[in-house]
Amino acid sequence: MRPEDVLLPTPAGVCCQLGGFHIDPTRPVDKAVITHGHSDHARAGHGAVLATQETLDLMRLRYGEGFAGATQAAHYGETVTLGGITVTFRPAGHVLGSAQIAVEANGLRIVASGDYKNVADPTCAPFELVPCDVFITEATFGLPVFRHGDPDTEIAKLLRSIALFPERAHLVGAYSLGKAQRVIALIRKAGYDKPIYLHGAMEKITRYYESHGIDLGRIDLARGANKAELAGTITLCPPSTLKELWSRRFPDPVTCFASGWMRVRARARQHLVELPLVISDHADWDGLTTTIAATGASEIWVTHGQEDALVHWSRSSGRQARPLDIVGYGDEDEAEVTASGEAP
Amino acid sequence: MNRFAELLDRLVYEPGRNNKLRLMTEYFRVTGDPERGWALAALTGALTFQHAKPGVIRALIAERTDPVLFELSYDYVGDLSETVALMWPAPAQAPGHQRDALTLSSVIEALASLGKSQLPAQLARWLDLLDETGRWALLKLVTGGLRIGVSARLAKTAAAALGEKDPQEIELIWPGLRPPYVELFAWLDGRADKPESEDPAPFRPAMLAHALDDADLGVLDPRDFLAEWKWDGIRVQAVAGTDADGKLLARLYSRTGEDISGAFPDLIDALRLPGVIDGELLIVRDGRVQTFNVLQQRLNRKTVNAKLLAEFPAHLRAYDLLVEGNVDLRELPFAERRGRLEQFIARIDDPRIDLSPVVPFSTWEELAAARRDPDGAGADADAVEGIMLKRRDAPYLPGRPKGLWWKWKRDPLIVDAVLMYAQRGHGKRSSYYSDYTFGVWTKGEDGDMLVPVGKAYFGFTDEELLKIDRFVRRNTIERFGPVREVVHEADQGLVLEVAFEGLQRSTRHKSGLAMRFPRINRLRWDKPPGEADRLETLEHMLQKIESGRTATMPGESHNVIG
Repeated sequence: MRPEDVLLPTPAGVCCQLGGFHIDPTRPVDKAVITHGHSDHARAGHGAVLATQETLDLMRLRYGEGFAGATQAAHYGETVTLGGITVTFRPAGHVLGSAQIAVEANGLRIVASGDYKNVADPTCAPFELVPCDVFITEATFGLPVFRHGDPDTEIAKLLRSIALFPERAHLVGAYSLGKAQRVIALIRKAGYDKPIYLHGAMEKITRYYESHGIDLGRIDLARGANKAELAGTITLCPPSTLKELWSRRFPDPVTCFASGWMRVRARARQHLVELPLVISDHADWDGLTTTIAATGASEIWVTHGQEDALVHWSRSSGRQARPLDIVGYGDEDEAEVTASGEAP
Repeated sequence: MNRFAELLDRLVYEPGRNNKLRLMTEYFRVTGDPERGWALAALTGALTFQHAKPGVIRALIAERTDPVLFELSYDYVGDLSETVALMWPAPAQAPGHQRDALTLSSVIEALASLGKSQLPAQLARWLDLLDETGRWALLKLVTGGLRIGVSARLAKTAAAALGEKDPQEIELIWPGLRPPYVELFAWLDGRADKPESEDPAPFRPAMLAHALDDADLGVLDPRDFLAEWKWDGIRVQAVAGTDADGKLLARLYSRTGEDISGAFPDLIDALRLPGVIDGELLIVRDGRVQTFNVLQQRLNRKTVNAKLLAEFPAHLRAYDLLVEGNVDLRELPFAERRGRLEQFIARIDDPRIDLSPVVPFSTWEELAAARRDPDGAGADADAVEGIMLKRRDAPYLPGRPKGLWWKWKRDPLIVDAVLMYAQRGHGKRSSYYSDYTFGVWTKGEDGDMLVPVGKAYFGFTDEELLKIDRFVRRNTIERFGPVREVVHEADQGLVLEVAFEGLQRSTRHKSGLAMRFPRINRLRWDKPPGEADRLETLEHMLQKIESGRTATMPGESHNVIG
């Protein structure tokens, strides 16, 4: 059996014809298996959705009840059989509820990793390596210039800046699902115990994280605070709001942005970021290449991002590799940087 | 090196002019000599290291990384120094004290004495020692061109602020100063007298004009202004002065103060009287001003030979007189300077230098008519780019003061074209598809097809850039390295309204045409590509232009179609 007989790449996502499902389809389908709750992977309008409980909950928070005809929850390690094909969920370490999907038929195992990172994150289950024959990987940061470094160093930079400018507010642009909560958790880990403020658009998801036992300390809405109170404080907000009228309620704000893109100066400058924080929920170059090697897969499919470089690396290290050219992934990351922001 | 790297890193991210000044002034305050002087030299672009060519750095990284991965990374980052700084496989962290010992001064001193063959190994040792920011700053420094959003003028202003001096004072003595500027900082610290300028022919900061909209004219009184043609050449300052021995020294500067004398010996010879002329550099053949394309063939040449001098004779068309003999005229009203200029040019009496004529008018309507149809410029009408308006009572001030000088350009030509290829930009736009090749329709073997007619990379807003970038990414049909071909069918694609200043025949391009100064005027999301313009429209425009002038040289163009 060829890998394409198990999972067929199409422009709308990979499709398992025998099992009758798509993984992270970019168009409405009868049955979708979803890796995680980011909007480019988890779209509304499918007939049925199979995902982790957290991913289903996050989709419900974002799209409302009725985001899919039917839903089925799977927990990490659980195997579901669909038309003779088995589907197993394994943690991807990307955001709360994110999963890799291991698809098996006739002894052939393909792992669709969705988005993933193989570094510690206090807000989600750690990435679990799944040996496989074919590994489907993202390539958001698939260039050797992307080395994210230690996020604690970046948080220390933020806290130094707050000590240096006690009269100014620090606005930290961060993606609403995952990044914002991770940044808060990292700030808490560094010992900062004052209230942290939030943009209203992030409240629901952040409260959901807290309901899962993730301790984020005292969180207040920026909306309720007056300008003077916000001096010397940290506020998390969707990146798009950094440039909006909303930011004018803050005293002389220092514009910060937590993203893997901040590694490249031109990216930070494009968005007039004064304090770039290199913190990413995606694997960096070293993370991608070590993970690919560790899976033992002889064939690599690359979904989105800087696929050219990762395909080249995979081939020159003796693996078969191909880009999948799926249209529509990575828009969420783009939104993170190009500031189209969070959907309400 | 660390502190200097940190300064550069903060300047890169700081958008505000005042904050940039504060960062630099603070650096000059807390940093000693000669370190701060070398930093000022780096910031003002006064340093060049002849052996540290980008090729050396490329070779170093090539020894350490996969070439394909390097090219893809460079293409993405858009900056060689930053790409290498990020990709450099540094050994385990060097001890902090070793890194601290590596000062900017020590790097510059070492670079000055190193031979070409020793440089690569020394650079590699430094790169191993520094962190990412340090590597980036070092590479920026040695390759020249920091490009961190700080002009030489701003750096000098920051230095002036250290001693609460007027930046103009530094500007005037600057040509006589040499890095690391110990005597300058001694004066700024209040420990010594002002250094004397020894340069007999220094540059004076140029005065620039604001663009004029037709609407602005309503509030201006025509009686307050003189008008002259705006010539389509290169704005220059021609300076002649006598040194201590009474010997005359002449120089030609670009409007930013770059000494371009070496490229124009023919013009230098004509500057026989001490004085400072503000004018336009043109090529004049047989008494007629040639197009900008012709002038371009003499620009950016390191050496000039007799053939080039004969084929492209340089000419200075004078606008203004800043200094006459050794008398500074810049405080005088323009009308008075103009009178002195006319006499000065008459005294020089050289065919290579003439006066830019005043355009007579009494109402804005008359002037608008002259701008539309610059017949008054006689045989040189084609070289007119528009009209300059100058207040009669305006002194000559450095920079772009409000309300004194206006430039009123001729209306551009407009065409609706279809986006065909997009390429990622460089620098600030490195991750965006921001360079666009566009085409118009023509008859092909199998019906209508698009033929590329130009390339443009500005004219749109940041928001429009995001939208085009997204369009490109979602409508790519083929990739060629950094270039993407996007869908361009009669019913699918993006129409760009392109504005341009002129049109020429070109044998280098499939369309046979080259546009001058094309830019995106508007995005026509509403327009189906099938309704974009045809090549015949451009041919027609070109015939209209050509009917007004004699033939130009074949193959002239400076808009390369990618």
